[in-house]
Amino acid sequence: MKKETWKELTIGTINLDAGNSVKNLTGTWRSGKKPQFIQDKCIQCFFCWLYCPHSAILVEGDEVKGINYDYCTGCGICSVECPPKEKAIIMVKEEVKLAEGGAE
Amino acid sequence: MAKLKDLAAMEDRLVAGHGMCIGCGIPIIFRIVLRATEDPLIIANATGCLEVCTTIFPRTSWNITWVHSAFENAAATIAGVESMYQALKKKGRIPEDKKIRFLGIGGDGGTYDIGLQALSGAVERGHDIVYICYDNNVYANTGGQRSSATPLGASATTSPEGKESPGKLQRRKDLTKILVAHNIPYVAQASPNRWQDLYKKAQKAFETEGPAFLNILCLCPTEWKYDESQGIRLAQTAIDSCVWPLYEVENGKYKINYLPKEKKPVLEWIKAQGRFRHLFKEENAWVLEEFQKQVDEDWEELHKLANL
Repeated sequence: MKKETWKELTIGTINLDAGNSVKNLTGTWRSGKKPQFIQDKCIQCFFCWLYCPHSAILVEGDEVKGINYDYCTGCGICSVECPPKEKAIIMVKEEVKLAEGGAE
Repeated sequence: MAKLKDLAAMEDRLVAGHGMCIGCGIPIIFRIVLRATEDPLIIANATGCLEVCTTIFPRTSWNITWVHSAFENAAATIAGVESMYQALKKKGRIPEDKKIRFLGIGGDGGTYDIGLQALSGAVERGHDIVYICYDNNVYANTGGQRSSATPLGASATTSPEGKESPGKLQRRKDLTKILVAHNIPYVAQASPNRWQDLYKKAQKAFETEGPAFLNILCLCPTEWKYDESQGIRLAQTAIDSCVWPLYEVENGKYKINYLPKEKKPVLEWIKAQGRFRHLFKEENAWVLEEFQKQVDEDWEELHKLANL
């Protein structure tokens, strides 16, 4: 991650760029397992969206459309809380080894 | 009744990219709470997990005006901001009908312990603020030291279990009751697994004229040492075993918001968490007994207060 130098930073640790943490891709910490979304099993209850600690559920229009792996850390709460008998979110093995640290 | 679909369509006031732990309960709480008002919101946040993880310089996860306060004075800070708002309104520099909401946030360390006198002062002065404590029972941000919210028998780095001790020897402080004793208009206890209850309480708190206080159970897989995917289930166990009763006190009137169909033994709550693991040793059996006794006593007292 490229860090700003003192010349670019605002004086007094004031941050004028609200919400700029979206540049930190927390998905890079994920290891071991990741959720997989199965659209036709989804009942659009939004519990995954509600209980995701890292805002990693993709919502388009008024529908849950999948997982944003840029932020998903693989905790698995979404899969546990998914109510249908045949779950629309299952945890699967992470195939790729993810890089350490944040990405820009 | 709010629908999740509608809440999801609202703008995120706390966005992604924060550094909170895998399976952390804090962002879940604030996803709900920050949607409970559509008015502009200003936050003062005491040092703690939420503050540290959302504002790793030079980034911020906050989409709204947000002030970092030291551990001890988030309530004083937000009270000051609210006072300025009232003064500017009086001078006509903020229009009379412009509503702004003020929220102070602290963890249990910054609220039960270090920030208690600032909070007590702010609510006693009657500022029109909401204060939320996310209570994960421990100083999680600094590595898991005991706080006065840490329950009896829990192992923390400054109350470790071992040959000489079964973990924390003292009973947890009942902060919600302390706030009730301030005779403020609205005090409530909530948990993220009952999201509609939490949402309603946050709405009530924001709409209350004068000070309102919410104490919210906050999941902490790192310090409680449980399987992080089971967090919301664990919170359900907390309310089913009455370790964390859901209730509100509106203008002095108690109301219990959740009565478990069948009250579970606290053992259900304890056995899921590594911080209590040592309590199953023979010599620590008395702690389990005492824990259950205290929960039963508190639950009975709450029933009396709510006239059930």
